[in-house]
Amino acid sequence: MRVGILRFPGSNCDDDTLHVLTRVLKEEAAFVWHKESALPKGTDAVVVPGGFSYGDYLRSGAIAAHSPIMDAVRTFAAQGKPVLGICNGFQILCESGLLPGALARNVSLKFECRHVNVRVEGKPTPFTAAIPTGQVLRLPIAHGDGRYVCEDAEALGRRGQVVFRYCDAGGGITDGVNPNGSQMNIAGVCNEAGNVMALMPHPERASEAVLGEDGGLQVFESLRMHVRRSS
Amino acid sequence: MTAKVFVTLKKGVLDPQGKAVERSLAKLGFPEAGDVRVGRFIEMAVNASSKEDARKKVDAMCKKLLANTVIEDYRFELSE
Repeated sequence: MRVGILRFPGSNCDDDTLHVLTRVLKEEAAFVWHKESALPKGTDAVVVPGGFSYGDYLRSGAIAAHSPIMDAVRTFAAQGKPVLGICNGFQILCESGLLPGALARNVSLKFECRHVNVRVEGKPTPFTAAIPTGQVLRLPIAHGDGRYVCEDAEALGRRGQVVFRYCDAGGGITDGVNPNGSQMNIAGVCNEAGNVMALMPHPERASEAVLGEDGGLQVFESLRMHVRRSS
Repeated sequence: MTAKVFVTLKKGVLDPQGKAVERSLAKLGFPEAGDVRVGRFIEMAVNASSKEDARKKVDAMCKKLLANTVIEDYRFELSE
C-alpha cells in the first residue's frame, strides 16, 4: 500500500501519520507538499493530516482547501479512491466540499485536549470496514474548532454517512460526553460513496500500546485491507 | 473601490463567542445587550471597472473563500 500524506504549512500530525504507516504497519508512505499539482504515481490512498494549516487564518482549513494539491485530491476522490481526513484534515475536506457540513468553534470555547470514546457506525468505509459496528474506540482529541454542524445531520445519519459518534465507555450517546457540541455527537462523517471519510479524533496518536491506546490502528488496518482487496 | 465584508454565523447556528460576550457585557452593567453575534470583518481594495463589476467579484470571493456558506452569512458594502 502506498499512502500520500499531504503537508501544508502548519501541518503537525504528518510525521505521526507517517510513523504509524511506515514503522507500525510497515507500509509505504510519503509526504506530498501542498504546492504539488499531482499525487505520486501509484498512490493508493491519501491522508489529510491534523495540525493548523495556514495558522487557521480566516477559518480552520479554509486556505488549505484551495491549495494546488487539493484539485488532485478531488480527482482522486472522484475515482472512488480512499481519502482520510484527521482533525484539521476533516476541516480541510469540509471546506473543500469533499465532505458535507462544517466545523465551528467548540461550544466550551476551549481547546479540548483529552481522550474521548467514539462509537463506530454508519456504512462501511475503507477506514472502518474492519471495525465491527458499535465498537467503541478510545482516541485523543485536540481541537478548538470541532463542533460539527450540518444542515440535516439526521438525514446524514439515515444515509449511513455518520461514521463516528462521541459516546461513553459503554457506547451510550449522551450530551455529557459530547466534547464540543457537535450535532448528534458526530465525530466523523463520510461522503455518499463512503470513500472520503474524516474524523476529529486522532487515530494516529493511539496506534501503539506503548502510547497507552492502540485502537486507532484499526483505522489504518482497515485501509490496508481495503487497498489489498481492491488491487 | 473599497469593499467592506461582514461575515457572521447563520441565525440558526449557535455562536458561543457571542454568548460569552453577551454574558460579559451583562456583568459589566450592560444587560440591554442581547443576541450578540461575533463575526469577521474584512476590508479590501477591489480593482473593478464599475460598481456592478465589483459587486459580482466580491460576491464570488465571499462564496468561494471569505465565508463558509454552510454555516455563515455574509454581506458587504462598496465605496469609491
